[in-house]
Amino acid sequence: MGLILLIIIWLITFASTYFFIAKTWWLPAGASAAAAGIDHHFTTTFILMGIVFVAAQVSLGALVWIYRDRGSSSSKVTYSHGNAKLEIVWTLLTTILFVGLNLMSSSIWASERFRSAETDAVRVEVTGMQFAWYFRYPGPDAKFGTTNPELEDASAGGEAALGLDAKDPASKDDVVTGTMVVPVNREIEVILRAHDVIHSFFIPSMRFKQDAVPGLAIHMHFTPIQTGDYEILCAELCGLGHYKMHGMLRVVSQEEFNKWLAAREAEKQ
Amino acid sequence: MATHEFAAQESHAHAAPQGFIRKWVFSLDHKVIGLQYYFLALVAVFVGMFLSLVMRIHLVAPTATLPLLGDIKPETYLTMVTMHGTIMVFFVLTTAPQGGFGNYFLPIQIGAPDMAFPVLNMLSFWTTFLGFIVMIAAFFVAGGAPLHGWTGYAPLSALQSSGPGEGLGADLWIISIAIFCIGALMGALNFITTTLDMRAKGMTMMRMPLTVWAWFVTAILGLLAFGVLLSAGILLLMDRNLGTSFFVPLVTINGQLTGHKGGSPLLWQHLFWFFGHPEVYIAILPAMGMCSQLLSVFSRKPIFGYKAMVYAILAIGFLGFMVWGHHMFMSGMSPYTAFAFSIMTMGIGVPSAIKTFNWLGTLMRGRIRFTSPMLFAIGFVSLFVSGGISGPFLAQPVLDIQLHDTYFVPAHFHLIMGVASIFGIFAATYYWFPKMFGRMMNESMARWHFWFSFIGTYAIFMPMHYLGMAGMPRRYSQLTEVTYLHGLIPLQKFITYAAFVTIAGQLIFLVNLFWSMFKGKRASDNPWEATTLEWTTATPPPHDNFGGHTPIVHNGPYEYSVPGAPRDYVMQSDPQIEPAH
Repeated sequence: MGLILLIIIWLITFASTYFFIAKTWWLPAGASAAAAGIDHHFTTTFILMGIVFVAAQVSLGALVWIYRDRGSSSSKVTYSHGNAKLEIVWTLLTTILFVGLNLMSSSIWASERFRSAETDAVRVEVTGMQFAWYFRYPGPDAKFGTTNPELEDASAGGEAALGLDAKDPASKDDVVTGTMVVPVNREIEVILRAHDVIHSFFIPSMRFKQDAVPGLAIHMHFTPIQTGDYEILCAELCGLGHYKMHGMLRVVSQEEFNKWLAAREAEKQ
Repeated sequence: MATHEFAAQESHAHAAPQGFIRKWVFSLDHKVIGLQYYFLALVAVFVGMFLSLVMRIHLVAPTATLPLLGDIKPETYLTMVTMHGTIMVFFVLTTAPQGGFGNYFLPIQIGAPDMAFPVLNMLSFWTTFLGFIVMIAAFFVAGGAPLHGWTGYAPLSALQSSGPGEGLGADLWIISIAIFCIGALMGALNFITTTLDMRAKGMTMMRMPLTVWAWFVTAILGLLAFGVLLSAGILLLMDRNLGTSFFVPLVTINGQLTGHKGGSPLLWQHLFWFFGHPEVYIAILPAMGMCSQLLSVFSRKPIFGYKAMVYAILAIGFLGFMVWGHHMFMSGMSPYTAFAFSIMTMGIGVPSAIKTFNWLGTLMRGRIRFTSPMLFAIGFVSLFVSGGISGPFLAQPVLDIQLHDTYFVPAHFHLIMGVASIFGIFAATYYWFPKMFGRMMNESMARWHFWFSFIGTYAIFMPMHYLGMAGMPRRYSQLTEVTYLHGLIPLQKFITYAAFVTIAGQLIFLVNLFWSMFKGKRASDNPWEATTLEWTTATPPPHDNFGGHTPIVHNGPYEYSVPGAPRDYVMQSDPQIEPAH
C-alpha cells in the first residue's frame, strides 16, 4: 500500500506540474505596460511555490513508503515529541518566504493602485448594467455631462441607457459607445460605475480587473502597449446574463483614435 | 476549581431516556445529537453533490435536456451554484465535523458524561435542522431559489427585481442562514463551556487531544463569526422587505429606480467576509485536528511538536479574523488596506506550513499502518498542501488582479476547504465508526472509496487552476459568449467526466456505511490501539459515556512506542509514564 501511495502521489504531482511548466494553459499574452511586471512576479511565485509543492508531495510519498509497517522487520519507532529548534527554523524560513514574496510584489501594486492617473491620460467612463458595458468619452470640452437616473432608458441603449442629461452643456459633446476604443501607448484612466448591481470590469490581456460598484465612481488606469482587439468580461456575478456581459476593447494608433472619436462627434451633431 | 468541575458535572447529569422520541428524536444525549448532525450533513452532502453534477453537465452541454429537470436555463445554473455553495459550506462543512463528530467525541475525549448544556445542545441541532428545511424550501417557492451566489453580494441579493429567484426564494435563503447562525451560536457556547469546565481530573489543557483543541478553537471562531453574519442577514432582510438601505445605494434596475439610496454594497462584503473567512477555518480546523490525531495513531508515534500544533491552531484562529479583506482586493476597497490584508494573509500561511511540517515529521521514523482512516489522513495532507500552495498567489493583490473571480479561486478553496475538510470527515467516519456503531467498516470498500476520491479530486480541481490562469471566470453558465473561452471547452469536458467518476465512487462510501452498520465485523473496544479516552469505554459508549465512573487522566494524548512500556501505546488513563523530555 505504501508503494502504491508513493506512485500515485508522485504521479499526480508530476502530471500537475508538467502542465504548469509546459504552459499548456497559461495566462493570455499580456498587452499592457503592467503585464510584464505582473507576469514576472507570477512566474517567481510559481517557481517558489512549485518547489514547495513538489518537495512536500515527494516527501509525503517517500515517507509513507519508507516508514510503512513491515511487521517484524520494521526498524524501531523513534519515540520523539518533536524538535523545538527545527520548529523555529521552519517558522522563520516560511515567514521569510511568504513575507518576502509579498514585499517583492508591493511596488507593482503601488504603481498600479496607489497613484492616480496622469493628467494627460485618456479618460473613459465605463458603466456596467445588467448585462452590458457602456463607454463614455468627455469630448473636446474634457468634461463629462451630468447623468440622471430618472432619465435612464435601458432598452434604448447608448446615451439614453446612461441617463445623459441633454440640458447640461457639458453633455453635448459626450460620446457613448458599446465598444471601448483607445489609443496605444497612452495611459487610459477608467472611471468605473454601475447602475444596478456589482459588475467587474475584466480585460485579461491588459491584466486589468476592477469591480464596478453602484454608488461609487472608481478611478483606475492602465496603459495598452499593443494594438488589437481584446475581450472584456464581467467577472462579478451580476444576474442571469452574467456569462454574456461581454464587451470589446479596441486598441488603435493615436491617429486612428482621433479620427474615430471625431467621426463619433460628427455623428452626434 | 476541582469542586467547581465536580459541581458542573453533577448538575448536568440526566437519566437515560426510555421512549423512542426522547431517545432518538428529541434526545439530550450528545452522542445521539452528534449522529443527528452527522446524518443531516450526509443528506445535505448528497443534495450538494447532485447540484454540482447538474452544473458540470450544463457547462459542457448547455442545450441538453436532462431527465426530470428538463432544460437548464442560465438562471437555473446560478441557482445551483448558489445552493451548492450554501448547502456545502453551512450544512456539510460546518455541520459534520463540528456538530457531528465534535458533539459525539469532545465530551468523551475529555472524560465528561455529556455536554455542559444538554438541552441547549438539543435545541442547537433542531434549529440547524429547521434551517436546512427552510433552505430546501427555497427550491420550491415561486421563482425558485436565489441566484446571488453563496456570498450573496448586495445589491444583487438585496433587490427583489434583480433577477429570478430573488423574491421569496432569496428571503428563505437569508432566513435559513439566520436560523443556522442561531443554532451555531448555541453550539459554540456549549463546546466552549464544556471544554473549559467539564474536563476529567488530570485532563489539563495541554493533555487535550488535538481534535479537542481544534473543536474548541472552532467554537470560539463560531461564537465570534456567526453573530456578525446573523446581524448582516437581518439587515439584508430589512433592505429587501422594509425599505431600509443598509447595503443599497441609489440604483436602478433596467432603468427603473428602486427607491433605495445611501447604502454601501461594500459594507455587506465586509460583514460577510468577517464571518466568511473564519468560516473557512471553522470548516478546516476540525479536519486538521483529526488528521494530526490519525497520523500519530497510525504511525505509532507521538505527534511531532504537540505544543507547536496547539499554538498553530491558536494562531490560525486569531489571524483568521484579520484577513477577510483578501476577498475584496478588487472590490473598490482602499488599495492601502489591501496591502495590509495581504501581509496578514501571507502570515497565516506560516502556522499552516508549521502544521504540514509537523505532519511529515510525525510520519518520519514511524511504523505506518495503512488503515482506511490513515489513507484519508494522508490524502488530507496531500490535498492541504496542494490547496494551500495556491493561497500565496491569491493573497498577493497584484496577482489577484488576474486570478480573482476566475476558476483559480474555486480550485483553491475546493481543494483546501472543501475536499480536504471532507477527507477529514471521511477519516473521522472510518476511525470512529467502530466506536459509534460497534462494528468495523469494510476495509476493501473503504480503499476503493479512497482511490476514487483521491485521484478524482485531483482530476477535477487541478485543471481548474489552468482554466483560471487562462482567464475562465467563475459562475459563467455557458462558455459560448466569449471567444477565447471556446478553447477551454475540452478541459471543462474532462472535469465533467472526472466529476462523474468521483461522484460514482462516493456511492461506495454510502453502501459501506449502511452495510457495515448491520453486517460489519464486530468491533472491540479499542480496535486501533489508540490512547484517547473514547477507547477506554464500552462500544458503543453507555448513556453516561463511562458507565458510572469518571476517568482520571495521567498521560498526554499521543504516547505511542514509549520505550520500556509493555505495549506500543499508553492510554491517557493508564498510570503515568516517566516524562520523556
